Amino acid sequence: MRPTSEDELSELVAGATGPLHVRGGGTRSMARAGPGEVLETGGLTGIALHEPGALTLVAKAGTPIAEIEAALEAEGQRLAFEPMDHRGLLGTAGEPTIGGAVAANVSGPRRIQTGACRDFLLGVRFVDGTGAVVKNGGRVMKNVTGYDLVKLMAGSRGTLGVLTEVALKVLPSPETQGTLVLHGLSDAEAVAAMARGLGSPFEVTGAAHLPGRGETCLRIEGFADSVCYRLGRLADLFAGHEITRETDPDAVAARWRGIRDVAEFHGKPGDVWCLSVKPGDAPEIAARAGADEVLFDWGGGRIWARMPEGSDLRAHLGAFAGHATLVRGSEAALSALPVFQPEPAPVAALSAGLRRRFDPRGVLNPGLMG
Amino acid sequence: MQMPEPDARILSRKDDLVAQLKRVLPGGAVISDPAETRAYECDALTAYACPPLAAVLPASTEEVAAVLKICHAAGVPVVPRGAGTSLAGGVLPTADCVILGVARMTEVLETDYDNRFIRVQTGRTNLSVTGAVEEDGFFYAPDPSSQLACAIAGNIAMNSGGAHCLKYGVTTNNLLGLTMVLMDGTVVELGGAHLDAGGYDLLGLVCGSEGQLGVVTEATLRILPKPEGARPVLIGFSSNEVAGACVSDIIKAGVLPVAIEFMDRPCIRACEAFAHAGYPDCEALLIVEVEGSEAEIDHQLGLIKQIARGHDPVELREAQDAEEAGRIWLGRKSAFGAMGQINDYICLDGTIPVSELPKVLTRIGELAKGYGLEVANVFHAGDGNMHPLILFNANTDGELAKAEALGADILRLCVEVGGCLTGEHGVGIEKRDLMSDQYAPADLEAQMAVKDVFDPGWLLNPAKVFPLDVSEARRGARLAAE
Ligand SMILES: Cc1cc2nc3c(=O)[nH]c(=O)nc-3n(C[C@H](O)[C@H](O)[C@H](O)COP(=O)(O)OP(=O)(O)OC[C@H]3O[C@@H](n4cnc5c(N)ncnc54)[C@H](O)[C@@H]3O)c2cc1C
Repeated sequence: MRPTSEDELSELVAGATGPLHVRGGGTRSMARAGPGEVLETGGLTGIALHEPGALTLVAKAGTPIAEIEAALEAEGQRLAFEPMDHRGLLGTAGEPTIGGAVAANVSGPRRIQTGACRDFLLGVRFVDGTGAVVKNGGRVMKNVTGYDLVKLMAGSRGTLGVLTEVALKVLPSPETQGTLVLHGLSDAEAVAAMARGLGSPFEVTGAAHLPGRGETCLRIEGFADSVCYRLGRLADLFAGHEITRETDPDAVAARWRGIRDVAEFHGKPGDVWCLSVKPGDAPEIAARAGADEVLFDWGGGRIWARMPEGSDLRAHLGAFAGHATLVRGSEAALSALPVFQPEPAPVAALSAGLRRRFDPRGVLNPGLMG
Repeated sequence: MQMPEPDARILSRKDDLVAQLKRVLPGGAVISDPAETRAYECDALTAYACPPLAAVLPASTEEVAAVLKICHAAGVPVVPRGAGTSLAGGVLPTADCVILGVARMTEVLETDYDNRFIRVQTGRTNLSVTGAVEEDGFFYAPDPSSQLACAIAGNIAMNSGGAHCLKYGVTTNNLLGLTMVLMDGTVVELGGAHLDAGGYDLLGLVCGSEGQLGVVTEATLRILPKPEGARPVLIGFSSNEVAGACVSDIIKAGVLPVAIEFMDRPCIRACEAFAHAGYPDCEALLIVEVEGSEAEIDHQLGLIKQIARGHDPVELREAQDAEEAGRIWLGRKSAFGAMGQINDYICLDGTIPVSELPKVLTRIGELAKGYGLEVANVFHAGDGNMHPLILFNANTDGELAKAEALGADILRLCVEVGGCLTGEHGVGIEKRDLMSDQYAPADLEAQMAVKDVFDPGWLLNPAKVFPLDVSEARRGARLAAE
């Protein structure tokens, strides 16, 4: 099913007699496809509004991200939350859509400083599990009118409603960018160094550690003089370390695209997990995970772990503060392990309650999120 | 403004309820003497007041849970209260409710500079969160003008903003985790020192839910390293249109100031008379602030001044030192106080798309004229969050009603041009009955469904946010079930 209007989508959902498999570009599908008919949003496309002077963009959910990024670039703007492209990691094809990025709350390295997808989402329109069309939020940057269903929809992966339109806050692209690379740090030293960078006033907008390469990267963005100045001040913090500076904007962009998309893991076997933890816990948690390879982003707050197929990362860790998502699972892993971190009972009860209210018949991606 | 009739059955059981509450709270934490409950009769929307049945001041999450269990079992509505600075009537009691205040819960529980967060009890004031970390070079970014008084509890419930949120975001963008107690006494932890939810973003859902989903007792907040420096520039214009165009051009140019504040002539005059900030006498005034090192500030302000000059400013003054920067901000920060000295006022809070600014200011002027009232405008221009202040005299019969009617017209105008009823103050009772102007029935139904899940009996702050007739069936179901 590929509706071309919100009305049509609403009728399809209202008329559904069995489970629907909601799909944007299909590039981020993590769980096994459940039973049911595929409902694609790719027929709902187009940028409805882009107001550069108000930093806002409104687009239909099925609009390709590439189209949005091109429109923004023409005005010197960008999606500041830096949505990851999952295709390389998951081996999927197709065209990532903005609705898919929102539904999965997909954010890149800049999340640590500038915010997640959900922080840039100003408004949504969606069709709930009964077929009702609901709007929430709007297209203005400050809005506390009623409950914030915008946040609820971000990351709900089509289980509470099918997004039809999203409004986003966009930001100006910086004049240039640079990376400070520290070499040869252990995981613990790297996390401490990233904490120093992020705790400095120099506005680090990316902090990642690639143990395989022995590189710890700190990104600075802004006006050229300012980037140069801040890279210098930042380097002063790490006097005595082996440091290189990367200032060619294309090289910097390519490096951070690689970190964003976890390029280190592309083409390598195993399950891939993504953890969100307190950055300071990261070295110890990574050590306990028993992974074949790890990569740290968000100053350590996000750990990408490549694991032997079917191994239960959560069991290796025991209780820990944060959550682990099975982003790329083998058959062995997917048949045995939940994709999303099981929630404590009171939270799980609230989540289930919300699902029952927004999708009383259980037709929207049933089972995906509990 | 209408409120539901108090439930006579609850009123008649007051003594029993108070006795039960006293069993779970220390002496002095249960207030039931009518002379003392008066202290909780209203918030900063002082036009409406009603003493509650009782007020309680628990000191821990456990005590909050104990209170809620009792009220839940007895079917008594509970209104959570922070510092009572809501401008929307968010903590207005009904005579049959218990006010649950978090004023005794002010502890800092944990500070962690490596991971850049602070964990506090929610009764702590906004400013004292920054106060706890600023000596170490950090701050908590959301800075409502009421920050000296307002509590983190209220900030979370209202998703409050401030002058600097253009760059740093509002409360929800700086909230990492919380502990809250549901109406039935269940304690729920959401988020923590890590980022983003593993499942649904319930943290984001609770933030801004105006005390209707749970009582928030502890919060983990993101703290940020203080910038090297900051400097404001003051720019005067001969018309609102030109000032509006200048704001848009600054944003388009790729400079991202931390704040862009806008004041119109009536506001400039009142502030000047009150604070003697040295403001020029002009139609519109912008205060634009940027951050960074000296050189970075020079560069950004250079760009901003260049853009401003293209708009023929009548005044362009850059702060030369901290003292002058302080003076530039002084007038703006005392705007509400200044207005309060000369008049009674209603402070509106609608948001509009920035591009609609000139048109909306003109329309507000026309509407005000129609009502024979004066409106002064002061607002966060970078994000379109307006604060029209409607001036009136509360001692003149009918003026309040007239001012409220004008306020409703202005808010409808905000919605009409693509904006919303409230950018940071919340709906409370004040904008409750206008919700249907912004939202269709299905939109409100979806929101109320959330409350059904968190608080099936509709006991937490039940008469707020949703138009009374729209929520009646749900609130009524509770009464019928008893
Ligand atoms: C002079 C002045 C200037 C202001 N400036 C700004 C501004 O710049 N920006 C801005 O955003 N606001 C501003 N406000 C509005 C107000 O200060 C904010 O809404 C503030 O966050 C309210 O905090 P509070 O602690 O006083 O909350 P209260 O007024 O006590 O309560 C507000 C709401 O929070 C709920 N609540 C309180 N405690 C809890 C809890 N523990 N759990 C769950 N819900 C709870 C209440 O039920 C109510 O709905 C201003 C107010 C004044 C008087």
